Amino acid sequence: MTVQKLPIAKAINESLRKAMETDPKVLIMGEDVGKLGGVFRVTDGLQKDFGEGRVIDTPLAESGIVGTAIGLALRGYRPVVEIQFDGFVFPAYDQIVTQLAKMHARALGKIKLPVVIRIPYGGGIGAVEHHSESPEALFAHVPGLKVVSPSNASDAYWMMQQAIQSDDPVIYFEPKRRYWDKSDVDTDAIPGPLHKARTVVAGSDLTLVAYGPMVKVCVEAAAAAAEEGKSIEVLDLRSMSPIDFDAVQASVEKTGRLVVVHEAPVFYGAGAEIAARISERSFYHLEAPVLRVGGYHAPYPPARLEEEYLPGLDRVLDAVDRSLAY
Amino acid sequence: MTVESTAARKPRRSSKRTGSSAGKAVADPQLVQLLTPEGQRVEHPDYDVDLTPEELRGLYRDMVLTRRFDAEATALQRQGELGLWASLLGQEAAQIGSGRALRDDDYVFPTYREHGVAWCRGVDPTNLLGMFRGVNHGGWDPNSNNFHLYTIVIGSQTLHATGYAMGVAKDGADSAVIAYFGDGASSQGDVAESFTFSAVYNAPVVFFCQNNQWAISEPTERQTRVPLYQRAQGYGFPGVRVDGNDVLACLAVTRSALERARRGEGPTLVEAFTYRMGAHTTSDDPTKYRADEEREAWEAKDPILRLKTYLENEGHADEAFFASLEEESETLGKRVREAVRAMPDPDRMAIFENIYADGHALVDEERAQFAAYQASFADGEGK
Ligand SMILES: Cc1ncc(C[n+]2csc(CCOP(=O)(O)OP(=O)(O)O)c2C)c(N)n1
Repeated sequence: MTVQKLPIAKAINESLRKAMETDPKVLIMGEDVGKLGGVFRVTDGLQKDFGEGRVIDTPLAESGIVGTAIGLALRGYRPVVEIQFDGFVFPAYDQIVTQLAKMHARALGKIKLPVVIRIPYGGGIGAVEHHSESPEALFAHVPGLKVVSPSNASDAYWMMQQAIQSDDPVIYFEPKRRYWDKSDVDTDAIPGPLHKARTVVAGSDLTLVAYGPMVKVCVEAAAAAAEEGKSIEVLDLRSMSPIDFDAVQASVEKTGRLVVVHEAPVFYGAGAEIAARISERSFYHLEAPVLRVGGYHAPYPPARLEEEYLPGLDRVLDAVDRSLAY
Repeated sequence: MTVESTAARKPRRSSKRTGSSAGKAVADPQLVQLLTPEGQRVEHPDYDVDLTPEELRGLYRDMVLTRRFDAEATALQRQGELGLWASLLGQEAAQIGSGRALRDDDYVFPTYREHGVAWCRGVDPTNLLGMFRGVNHGGWDPNSNNFHLYTIVIGSQTLHATGYAMGVAKDGADSAVIAYFGDGASSQGDVAESFTFSAVYNAPVVFFCQNNQWAISEPTERQTRVPLYQRAQGYGFPGVRVDGNDVLACLAVTRSALERARRGEGPTLVEAFTYRMGAHTTSDDPTKYRADEEREAWEAKDPILRLKTYLENEGHADEAFFASLEEESETLGKRVREAVRAMPDPDRMAIFENIYADGHALVDEERAQFAAYQASFADGEGK
């Protein structure tokens, strides 16, 4: 067993390194991914070791990055593309949605598109506009794409391995404000399935569902609630497409209450989907309506206001209280 | 070929040129031409082809059969057998000339109108009709003929071609890639981005723009202030304008661009100057935006007629050849007609097929629900 304590960014770096060593068809592409190692240094040192032919600094053209990655995948490569920040994926959105997501089906399954698109996402780092958004629902809504987000270093490592090995396009959302959070990574472990949710904290009074950056907040909320004698279960969804509804359902049928937490705007978000499905699946088990905590239907605010916008401990606990009050 | 040569290449006057009719066409210094609209063979300083009579007849056959197929598809749309058709009428030379320049191991990224190129790749024409009939969104295996699926979102495929070409270069292979697109598509960001990527990575890709003068109702002038082939210069690779109704010139120019790509010298932009003689698609009404005289003027430059004249004048083809080709055309038309009518609607469950290579829980769930819902009708009927 090889266990290392790694920050998330480094775990992804190690994972990319391993993938490149194992499979010569794995390529890394993006803006500044070479010498600089990416603006978050996630690809640090890879170009030095694998060369410019495999860690490719691209022109500043997101549609071009994804569009050429599609062509490379058609030629048998497995490109891992870095989009520098969440708000800059939109020039590539057309290629992702109209081409990447659909080509396998259009070819009646004859071709595969093993492309991973890495997107550092979410707020909490005091950035300027377009550097703090959570557009995951826009991708999860699209048939043909898979969407995942790790919340800790071990998942960051293993989910990247699995995303690269997947023959489907995977949008891999990296919780940028957690990049420096450390946890144990066992690089010899046998990972669970990529799209399986994980129980982070077991509890019996209420279920908190989160993914990516919000898992930590929910774990803190569960701890705070425990001090008041409330037993909160925290589920890390890990995958937004597909969603492991069986795990959510099992938890809700145990606790009777569900609060979904994410940074993205609540309106039309992952929480809406989960609330709808769970009220269908577990109507008679619910003691309270499914509540959602998330961003407002407003542009991501300037940094001085992001603490108001982002769901924090208090907003999560408030929702917990409201649910328990039914 | 140097970058500088792209804008100002001036062909010297042909010594072979005899008829006065050839003069007008050759006088256009921007246009590579080897066969005038009158069927006169002319010379060009940079490009030539040396074909046997049999090869010339082959090109003629390709164009005639492609036109016949296209006409049949248009008719089938009128008869309600196809939901839509995008005709290539008038663009046969551009497609057959460039298509016949390709090697088997080259890879083609078409738009939605490249029926002639598909023909050259050996894709069964009936395969092209599935998406227009509405039974699939593509439906052929791109790797079996190195001919990618038709792409509807204009310009997108130029990036796929570029990425594929980057892969070819990485593999150390000497094949080339060709991307087809229209003059309207040249305004798309993806086309500009593919020029940038292919230039900086020196990708072995040929950009083959069929400037058929119109993007639905918008003329080329609405897309650009400079001749399209000149755009290449700004990206650092050569651009060539070829007479798109001259199958020999299209063959020669494309072959040369492909060879350049194979030699590792990077991309070339070929602008095939041609004309869409029909409507944009069967849903279009060109009488609302263009004059009949324009089409008539271009009819005089018909790509098939001029090769026919040449074949006849040179004695390269006899009556029997034309007669048997006529017969072959009719057979093709009949085959296409019958194949379309026989094309079954897809199985209902196809909605849920091939969405993901590795499966997806939601798809599995919805497939099961759909199947149960369908089965509920069967139960009802049984009672
Ligand atoms: C991105 C996008 N915008 C609009 C359309 C609708 N559309 C289909 S073909 C076309 C015109 C394309 O003209 P051009 O590129 O010159 O090619 P042509 O059809 O003339 O061969 C338009 C606007 C589309 N398919 N894709």
